[in-house]
Formats: sequence, structure tokens, C-alpha cells
Amino acid sequence: MSDTSFDIAVIGGGPGGYVAAIRAAQLGLSVCVIEREHMGGICLNWGCIPTKALLRTSEIFHLMHRADEFGLSVSDIRFDIQKVVKRSRKVSAKLSGGVAYLMKKNKIPVFDGTARLKGNGVVAITGKDGAALADVQAKHIIVATGARARTLPNLEPDGKLVWTYKEAMVPDMMPKSLLVVGSGAIGIEFASFYRTLGADVTVVEIMDRVLPVEDEEISGLAQKAFEKQGMKILTGTSVEQLEKGENAVAVTLKKGDGASETLTVDRVILAIGITGNVEDIGLEEAGVNIDRGHIAIDEWSRTDVEGIYAIGDVAGPPWLAHKASHEGVLCVEKIAGVEGVHPLNTSNVPGCTYCAPQVASVGLTEKNAIEAGHEVKVGRFPYQANGKAIALGETDGLIKTVFDAKTGELLGAHMIGAEVTELIQGYGIARTLETTEADLMHTIFPHPTLSEMMHESVLDAYGRVMHI
Amino acid sequence: MPIEILMPALSPTMEDGKLAKWMVKEGDTVQSGDVIAEIETDKATMEVEAVDEGVIAKILIGEGTEHVAVNKPIAVLLEEGEDASALESTGSASPAPPAAEPPAAPSTPPSPDPAPAAAPQAETRPAPEPAPKSNGQAGRMFASPLARRLAQQGNIDLAQITGTGPHGRVVKHDVEEALKSGVAPAAAAAEATSGGQVMPARTSSTTAVPAMPDEEILALYESGSYEVVPHDNMRRIIAERLTMAKSTIPHFYLSLDCRLDALLAARQRLNAMSPAEGPNVFKISVNDMIIKALAMALQKVPHANATWTDQGILRHRSSDVGVAVAIDGGLFTPVIRHAEVKSLSEISNEMKDLAGRARKRRLAPHEYQGGTTSISNLGMMGIKSFDAVINPPHSSILAVGAGEKRPVINNDSIEIATMMTCTLSCDHRVVDGALGAELLDAFKGFIEEPVTMLV
Repeated sequence: MSDTSFDIAVIGGGPGGYVAAIRAAQLGLSVCVIEREHMGGICLNWGCIPTKALLRTSEIFHLMHRADEFGLSVSDIRFDIQKVVKRSRKVSAKLSGGVAYLMKKNKIPVFDGTARLKGNGVVAITGKDGAALADVQAKHIIVATGARARTLPNLEPDGKLVWTYKEAMVPDMMPKSLLVVGSGAIGIEFASFYRTLGADVTVVEIMDRVLPVEDEEISGLAQKAFEKQGMKILTGTSVEQLEKGENAVAVTLKKGDGASETLTVDRVILAIGITGNVEDIGLEEAGVNIDRGHIAIDEWSRTDVEGIYAIGDVAGPPWLAHKASHEGVLCVEKIAGVEGVHPLNTSNVPGCTYCAPQVASVGLTEKNAIEAGHEVKVGRFPYQANGKAIALGETDGLIKTVFDAKTGELLGAHMIGAEVTELIQGYGIARTLETTEADLMHTIFPHPTLSEMMHESVLDAYGRVMHI
Repeated sequence: MPIEILMPALSPTMEDGKLAKWMVKEGDTVQSGDVIAEIETDKATMEVEAVDEGVIAKILIGEGTEHVAVNKPIAVLLEEGEDASALESTGSASPAPPAAEPPAAPSTPPSPDPAPAAAPQAETRPAPEPAPKSNGQAGRMFASPLARRLAQQGNIDLAQITGTGPHGRVVKHDVEEALKSGVAPAAAAAEATSGGQVMPARTSSTTAVPAMPDEEILALYESGSYEVVPHDNMRRIIAERLTMAKSTIPHFYLSLDCRLDALLAARQRLNAMSPAEGPNVFKISVNDMIIKALAMALQKVPHANATWTDQGILRHRSSDVGVAVAIDGGLFTPVIRHAEVKSLSEISNEMKDLAGRARKRRLAPHEYQGGTTSISNLGMMGIKSFDAVINPPHSSILAVGAGEKRPVINNDSIEIATMMTCTLSCDHRVVDGALGAELLDAFKGFIEEPVTMLV
């Protein structure tokens, strides 16, 4: 195998692409990665990881204000936004370097450049200076180019007053007032971060509730919690117009009943979804079918064109790093002919939002389950009744489980409260192993932990709850 | 090159079987033709003979292992001059695998020239099925809790389902697919071939009504007041088959009395003609004559010589009559084929052979599969009359009671005659009332005038 001929060429070094490449290397396939910016993709550099670093800052800041409650005294609590951002960037840089090391360790060549499909398995790579870098030949090409913030004609970011996640992550100043457009995971995390650090935050959501993909009950609890923190939440509302001034933006909002409202804010964050990076890769020329900004694939990540695959954000929702990684592994294993590979079951992809309080879920919401024809049993357990939660001083939250009344299948789990993003995997394993309520009831949960609530919620669904 | 001994297929439909017993142990020298193991399928136990000679180097599948897939290596034979180090070159030299072994797919053929394992019916061996049938290979069933519950609720046997989860584990999806495709109980699948004719498997089996769950039954009896006898294969098959028969076949019953005097007299005269010894000895029983009479009746009423399938009624040309043989722990129904053209002595001798081997569980599947009707005779037990359950895919079964002297009315006067009550159970989908009556009447005619069987 020459240096430019591979079994698999992966375009994009994000959590989909680099994980696919590692799996390919493990399976003994020759593989390369082509990355135009930095290894680790949005996730590591401009998404999951740096925002978690920021949110850790806001969490500690919040706790410091509660110091007295824990018998501590702190005075003169302040923050330096430059330092906060610096730490976040350092975390990203460390991990990006880690990915580069993983590529080396697995002997995966990384081409720093932009890829373009040339047909017949040829990928032309252009270097950052615009000069042709190399042509690689691959039997299989995996497109893992990710996605970027979606924009609308009247909602164009300018990077100064109107931000996307990218600018919101590296603010040069702390806005006094902020409008967040869109209350999905990205919007809500920024809203939570800035609100905790003291900004006046207004969230606009076109749907009738925040975190619209979550269970309705959880959405309702989240909204209440945010409002209690002083966030202003406008559901059923859209942004009509943004009028940029010198150092502020005048925003015209349109309510569901047609009424208009205007407000002026220092900054606007656009978080109205994302769109796939499908342009300038040569997809159209290759004959790859693109549907509403995403590459159309089958259950094995195959596009319409033989030998071309797509994984992760560019291949459609759910737009989550762990979905991309898993899809990458499945795609490569299918190519390698590994036995027993099953297509991705999207209802087993957990969703996490790292706002305060955190939100996490897996499987069907109560409403979806009923709409799908299930007769359901629903269990609930509140944080207020959990010893560890009380000791932590985190008594806001709920763990909800939805079972099929007939079969005992765990259809879904929905959580809000401290550390639920770390807890949800328990229900993920339960779903993957296809446990029923009986196995969950028989599982011994350690005391005192937040996880006990997961047990109690199951017991509650069957009328056997102990501690409420 | 060490030779792998593979799990043989005892019938064309066999997918797996139980390795009942090893007759050799590691280190034993075997000659071609030596019996090395016994394999148990639904009903039959068959001996596996060595094809090559050599030393049993390694036994890969332990005695008593159930659901051993056809063509799976069960032992390794070293040829003369080879020593154990040769085992290194074969992938199967590893010790008997745990049940959770991943599907032995044909991607790694055991050797370029797979040893022709001792297969009694090598020509009928099906192509190796790559489907992972590892389910419960060592007696343990790998299935998700949800799959188990769905199978229980759907009243289907998990062991019949091919698992697609990790290491062949049965998952929800597999059970749902099985329920969708109406997976028939094991026995129905085994019945799918008859005389080389492939019949469509029953796919439209009606929704099974779940039986009373074990927990409910056990709750009704004080623990310790009974002993639990685990089901063997035969008991399970009988339970499944007859439950299916009674819940999917619309049975109705016709009874009539046959006068046996002429038949008994004929039998006495015939048996007196048998040579005292030698290959042509015969001793015809009443039952043999009943077999012949039913075979002749089916020829006379050909529409009753039929089998129901969803796509149409199979009208059979020959009279293949099954005969229930009670054995210790169950029963077999070996089939006398072409009984209409066989002489009574042929039927008699064939029946003796089949019944003898049935009692030893040494029948091959083709000897008890197929047929269009059967006879269940409890006369020797003194039973006067009874209704039998049709043995799918048959369309009828004749329940034969005891021949006994009874007062009968003949020309308005009472006389003593030897009478036998016969009850025909009919599958109404194939045999309507009048047709069944016609068949039974024809049967009665042959019994009462046995000489007409010669026509």
C-alpha cells in the first residue's frame, strides 16, 4: 500500500471521523484522515468540551454564592471573563493534542487540508495555502464533515453583536443583556452560563416549550427552574427583525398571537439548529443525494454512490458527538465485514444538556410512547427525597421512567437535576441489554447516591416506591 | 492434518441436535465404522459412526450438550503418525467452547477439505447454515430479559429462535420477527418434508393463547408435595405438536362398530400358513389387517387421502399410514408407506421392525415423518372406544377399540358377535362429514369382508 492509497479515507477529524479511523486501524484496514481545521472537530474545539469548561466555571461561581449555606465564607466573588475563556481554550487544546497523539499511535496519516471528491475513489486534498497537497485513492470514503450553525435570512450572525456558538464561546466582554434565539441544548447551555454569571438573559423559542425534544414534564420543570434563576423565557415566539446599533441590537419579536414586542440587548446568540457541511466537497458531482442540508444515507451510512458513506452531523440528526462516533464505528465495521453489526438505534442515543439543572434522557418520551401505541406505566422520583441530593444541597430535580405496561420494556427515561448527565448511561445500558422493570428492581444501587433515585423511579412505576 | 468430526444432519430439516452420548473418549483409537457418539433430535437417537480411522484427540462438544448446530465440529481425529502438536494447526483445537461462542460462520472453513463426518444420510445433509444457532448450546439460553418475556407472552419457544444479538443472544427484535413470521413449534418444522415433497410450513398458525403460567400452577400445590420431572425432547415435542393440533385443526369424530368374526377367521387361516421358520415367517395381527384395511379404504375414497396446506389440499396417491407405537416416556408414529400395495405379511414384518426400533428410539426421522392418516389402537388395553388427536399434517386418525363379544341384532334376532368400535377423527378443513363417513364405511367393508382387500 503506497502512502496515498488506502482502504478508507475519512474526510473530517471530528468525533465521528477520528473514531471511525481508529476503529478501521484496529480492524487492520489502512486509513487516513483529512482535516481542514483541527483534529477533534467542533466537539473538542468549539462544542461539547469547551462549553463544559465554561459551565464548570459558572457552576463554581454559583456555588460560591451559596458558600454561606455550606458554612463557608467567601467575599469579593468576581470573575475575569478573559481567564474563563482562556481556561476553556486550554482544555480544548489539550484534548485536540490528545487526538493527534491517538492518530499517531494508531499509525493513521492525517492530511491537513480540504478534501474534494474527484470520482473513482480519488480524493484531492488542497493545503491551507491553497496549493494541491495530495491525491489519495481509497476504496471507501467516509464523509464526516460535520455541521455548522444554521442561519436564516433575517437572522444573520455578524460575529460582533450577533453571535453563533463560536463567538459565544470566546466572548471579549461580558454582555449585560443577552437574547438567546432557540432553546435547544446549545441555546440553553449558553443561556445558563451567561445567566449564572449575571447577564440578563431572554430566551426565545418558537415552539411552545423549552428543550422541545425532551419529555414535556421535564421541559416544564426546566422552564420553571430557569425562570426562578431570573431567565426570561418566551415560548411560541419568533424573531422578526434584528436591528444592529453601535453596541446593542434592537430586536422585534412576534408572539404566537401576532402581537409584536421589542427589546434591546447587548448581544444576540443564534442557536436555531445546525446545517450539514455539504458544500465544496464534490458531493453533487459524485451524485451523492443531499436532502435538506444533509447527506442522505441508509441504515449502514451508505450514500447513493457506492463506496461513499456519511456519518455524524452531516448525515442528519440527532446531532450529537456520541451518535457520530457510534455511527463511525458501525460504518467501518460494516465495511470490514465484522459480524453481528446492527444499525444504529437512534432511540438508544442519550441526549444531554449541561445547563443548571442538567437535563438528560434516552428513549421515548411519555407522549411519544403513548402515540406509538404503548400502554405505559410511569414512575417518578424527586430529588427532594434523596439523601445524597439533600447532602449536596441539590434538591431540585426529577427522575422519570416510562415502561410498557404489558412487557415491562423500559421505553424511556427522562431526568432533570444535578449530575443527571452522568446518570443517564445506567438507563442506556438497561435499554441496550433489554432489561425489564424486574431486572432494574433487582439491581442493587449503592447508598447514598443520586443513582438510588433511578431505582426508586422504577419502583414507583410499579407502585412499589420506598421513600416517598 | 487432523480431521474434524462434524455434527451430522440426521434429516434434511435438521438444524441442530443434542449430543446425547460419547461412546469414545479422548485417546481412543477408532476404526472406520465404529460408533463414536449418539445424537438425539426431536424424536430419534442416531449413532454416529467414524468415517476415518485414527485417534480421538479432542472432544469439542461435551456429552449432553443441546442444540449443537449441524456441521459444527464435535471432535478432532488424529490420523496415524500425527501427534497432538498437529492440533495447533486447526482452529478447533480449543477446548469445548462456552455456550456464548460467536456464530461459527463459514468465513473460516475448518480445512480446505472438510472431513466427511459420520453422517448417516450424507446426501441429504443441508448446506451449512451460517445463521448463529448458538442459542443455548450448553443448555443455557442467552436471551435478553425483554426477549424472554415477549417469548413467554407470545407463547413461543425461545430455543427455536435464532439470536442476532452479541454472541447469538436472542433480543427483542428476534422475538418480534419470530412472532411476525409465525414461527411454528419445532415439530411442525420437522414435518415440513414428506416423501421428498416439500410442503409449506404452517405460517398462518393462529395466535397462540398463552397457557397458564408456571408460577400460577405451582402456587396451587404445596411445595414438596410433588417431584418435578424435567421434560425431555420427546415430551416437549408431544406437548407442542398436540397443542398445535388441537388448537389449529378443527376436529370432528365419527364412530361405528365393525364385526370382526370374518377377519379373525381369515387371520387364523393365514397365520396357519406361515412357515415354521426362515425368512418368510409371519404372524399377522389384527392391527396389521386394520392397517391394510385403512390403506385400501383411502384408495377407495381418495378425497380423504389428503393433507391441508394454506395454498391447497394435497391429494396423495399412495396410502401412507402411520401407526402409533407407545414407548417408555412417549410414543412414535412410524409410517407404513404404500400400504395399499403391500401384502399383509410385508406390512406385518415391517411393522414389527419399526415398532421394535421405535421402542429403542432408533427410528430415523424419515421413518416417522409424513403420512396422511394414522391408527391408534388401544384395544389391547381393553379400551372400548376413544377419540384420538390428529397428528399433523395428517387429516384423520383412526382410534381403534377392543374386539369383544357383544350381543348384536341380526335379522331381528340377537346373536353373539365379535365387535370392535372405531372412531375416526377428521380434519374438517379437508374431510367433511359425509366424506369421513364414506371413508369409515369403506374401512368397515374391508374389515367385515377381508377377502375384498385382495381385489
